[in-house]
Order: sequence, then C-alpha cells, then structure tokens
Amino acid sequence: MDGLLALYIFMLAAFTGYEIIAKVPVILHTPLMSGSNFIHGVVVVGAMIVLGQADTPLQQAIGFFAVALGAANAAGGYVVTERMLAMFKKKED
Amino acid sequence: MSLPIYVQGAWFAGAALFIVGLKGMSSPASARRGIVTAGYGMLLAIAATFLIPGLQNLGLMALALVVGGAAAWISGQKVKMTDMPQMVAIYNGMGGGAAAAIAAVEFAKGDAHSTVTTTLAVLGALIGAVSFTGSCVAWAKLQGVLKKAIRLPAQNTVNVVLALNALGLGLAMIIMAPAQPELIYFFFAVALLLGLIVTLPIGGADMPVVISLFNAFTGLAVGFEGYVLGNPALIIAGIVVGAAGTLLTQLMAKAMNRPISNILFTPLVASGPGEAITGTMKELSALDAAALMRYASKVIIVPGYGMAVAHAQHKVWEMTEILEEAGVEVKFAIHPVAGRMPGHMNVLLAEAGVPYDKILDLDEINGEFSQTDVALVIGANDVVNPSARTDKSSPIYGMPILDADKAHNVIVIKRGKGTGYSGVENALFYTDNCRMLYGDAQPMAGEIIQHLKTMN
Repeated sequence: MDGLLALYIFMLAAFTGYEIIAKVPVILHTPLMSGSNFIHGVVVVGAMIVLGQADTPLQQAIGFFAVALGAANAAGGYVVTERMLAMFKKKED
Repeated sequence: MSLPIYVQGAWFAGAALFIVGLKGMSSPASARRGIVTAGYGMLLAIAATFLIPGLQNLGLMALALVVGGAAAWISGQKVKMTDMPQMVAIYNGMGGGAAAAIAAVEFAKGDAHSTVTTTLAVLGALIGAVSFTGSCVAWAKLQGVLKKAIRLPAQNTVNVVLALNALGLGLAMIIMAPAQPELIYFFFAVALLLGLIVTLPIGGADMPVVISLFNAFTGLAVGFEGYVLGNPALIIAGIVVGAAGTLLTQLMAKAMNRPISNILFTPLVASGPGEAITGTMKELSALDAAALMRYASKVIIVPGYGMAVAHAQHKVWEMTEILEEAGVEVKFAIHPVAGRMPGHMNVLLAEAGVPYDKILDLDEINGEFSQTDVALVIGANDVVNPSARTDKSSPIYGMPILDADKAHNVIVIKRGKGTGYSGVENALFYTDNCRMLYGDAQPMAGEIIQHLKTMN
C-alpha cells in the first residue's frame, strides 16, 4: 500500500475518532468504550486473510487462534454494547 | 494482492457503517441504532472476506469464527451489568491478541516487506500483545480472581527494562528482517510479559482507565496490522478507535484528577492522615430518613458502586417513584468515576429502569445542591468528600467532587464506619447537616419504602 496515502488515512481517521468522542455525554462512556471495542473487532477480517494464506501447520494454528480471538472480540463486543444501549430509555417511553 | 471490486466495495461500505454507527452512539436516543448499524458493517466486511478468490483453509476459518464468536456471544448474553467492565476488558484483550497473532503469521511467513511495513507490523504486535495480557490481568482483578495488587520490588525499573528489551528486540527484527524464529519467539515472550508486569500492580479503582487505555492500544494495533495487510477498512476502524480511546482515557484520568502516567506508575495510597476532622458521626433511623425525604421538595440521590454491589438500584428506583408520586422532585447525580468504568453507574441505573434524563453529570448538578433539601448518598464515599476541595494534605485533594455537603440535609446509607476506596476519612460524615443510616443499601431502601407507604 502507498505509504503516503496510508498516512492521510491515519490522520483523517484519528481526527474522526477524536471528533466523534469529544461531544459524547458521560452517561454514554461505558457503552461507547464497549462500542468502540466492538469496532476494532474488525481485526477478524485481517485474521481471516492471514489464515487464508497460511501454508504451514504453525501458521495455520496461529491464524486459527487469530480468527477465533477476533471473532470473540466482535461478537462479544456487539452483544454487551447492544444489551447496555437497549436499556437506555427516556421517561415518556 | 489485487482484490475483486465487490470485496473492496464491501469493505469500504463496512468502514463507512462503522463511522456512522459510532456517530449514532454519541447520543442516547440514537445509540441503539448506532450499534446495530455498526453490526451490519461488521457482517458485510466478514462476508465479503470469504469471497476473496484463492483463499485457503476456509473450513478452518469458518470453524474459528463459530468457536470464537459463539463463546463470546453466549458469555456476553449471560454477564451481569455489574460485571460489564471486566467483560469489555476481556473482549478487548482478545482483539489485541488477534492483532498480535496476525503479525506473528506475517513474521513466520518471512516474506520481504519494506522497512515501513515491518516497523508497523512490529509496533502492532508489541502493542497488541501488551493489550492482550494486560487486559487478561484487568479481567482477573475485576472478576476477583486476582485479589491483591502485586508489586515487584523496583517495579518501575522492571517495567522500563522490559519495555526497552521489547523495543530492542523489535528493532532487531526490523533490521534483520526476515527475522530468525528464535528472535520472533523471544520478542513475543517479552511483549506478553510486559503487559502482565505493567498491569499487575495497578489497583482495582484505577482499572477503568487502564481498560480504556488498552482499548485504544488494541485500536492502534489493529490499524497498524491493517497497513501491513493493505486493508484500509482495518486502518480506519483501528485508528478511529485508537484516537477515540485515547481521548476517552484522558477524560477519565481528568475526572480522577490523576495524570495517566501517575495511574500507571504510582499506587494510590493515603500519604498522611490529612487534617484532623472534628465533630461526630450522627445516626438516624430509616423512619426519620423516610419522613425527611417525603416532606422535602427536592431530593438528589448520589449513588456509588456500593449501591450496585448491594443490588439496590431497583429498590432505589421504586423509592424514587413513590417520592415522585408524593410530589417530591428527585434527581440522580453521578460522579464521572462512580462505578468501575465511567458511565458504569448510568448503565446500572438504566437497568433498574431509571430514565436517562433524570441522571445528571457533575457539572450539570453541582449548582443545584444548595437548593436541595436532602442529598441521599448511597454507597458512595470519596466522590462526596469535601476534603478534596479544602484539605491540601489529603491524597484526593483536587479531585472534582459532588457538592452533596451543600444540601440542607445529607443522609448517608453506609454499611459500616470504614473509609472509602482510597482509605481516606470522609469529612462529610462529620458535618452538622449529615446523618448516617447504617446498613446494607438494599434492605435499607426497602425499609424506607415501607415507611413511605404508611405516610401516603
């Protein structure tokens, strides 16, 4: 990948992350930490690519480990975040 | 590796959905939709990855997805809301472990990469490995598996030596790439050990900040490995979380009035006895407490982690509803670091059915205490200690607190006469307008409810 292009993506993504969180009320900090935890669960995609290209049993074993961990990160992060946010209600509801 | 346009398109859409979802999560009303949106993004990205031509080990891949995904899905459904922080910690650690494992496979393949790529792979591996073992320790501590903070002699020196070792080995891997297997093993061993050793001495009260920091770490690690794999979706998701997590960590550290370096490297201890506190603690009965609140016009409830531990939030909400029916205005005041994670107390109150517009933040509510008839403090201690405002020798001096002491009357429900998490005496308990109600929060709230019912 073009290094300079990646640097631009890094910069823009960093600003995006900063801007999104800067306005969040404290009440949502826990679900948000959990939600951002879910989003980096996308690491499972990288793990799948690596496992898909693994040649030796050792590489396959580590790749399998990576996919399982990544999947757990994504699935677990989603479930707990969704459970927490489902509870937030306004008085009128 | 050139990828078909539909795979790249799906990843692009996935990254976009992540950002839209995260944005949605920044307001209570749209938060639920936000996480569901991000969830679709994740499904799309995973499904598209299966369609990459020439991928091997597809069966193994599906098996790993099912095993890891199902285990986490089931445990996530079962976990109690009070145990949420450690669950977030362990899922986060797994993400860090996955990022480190991706780097490990890349190193094992030994393909020639540019120096920049190898550097980011090494950095991602180091950060991911530290986040992995560190988060496991954080989980063990909050879960109560590890009860004591373990401090090595010369802890800070050990930390620095280990960190320098890990960096040195990483540098060797960059220079000698492709590295020898022995060097790779040694690098990962030191990196994993570093996460373990750095986290072990940190006390439970500081854990939320540490979890948040590791969350940011994992994000960065994922972003770096995304670069190594040439996958912009991973870079975007990882770096967004890295930046968001860093900011969140800073906000928390600020709320505790302790710099992050301080949390990582020095334990919180009562440095001295502080100024002598005069006065006595005065008791009152549940009946008096009920009467005081029933005939008040405004009550502010200050819940702490003690309320959650006693599972009293449902009773407290029931009591609130009775008071409101009787025409009393009731609000909840939450300190930023109440609970075991910032916002944790909001989640616990939401679970009990308290509407979020009744729950107010420190800045929003502090001005209201002086016009409040009763401040009811339940299982909170350090966050209402006025010494933080006045006593320069107190270890918690400078921490922003809830000004409960400014209310006309203060009632504190507390199990015993002990000190708070920091081990500091609370001057609030000795003030003239403060009364103590000794007992477990849940039965106490129940008793108050009984008395309130007879008054209507």
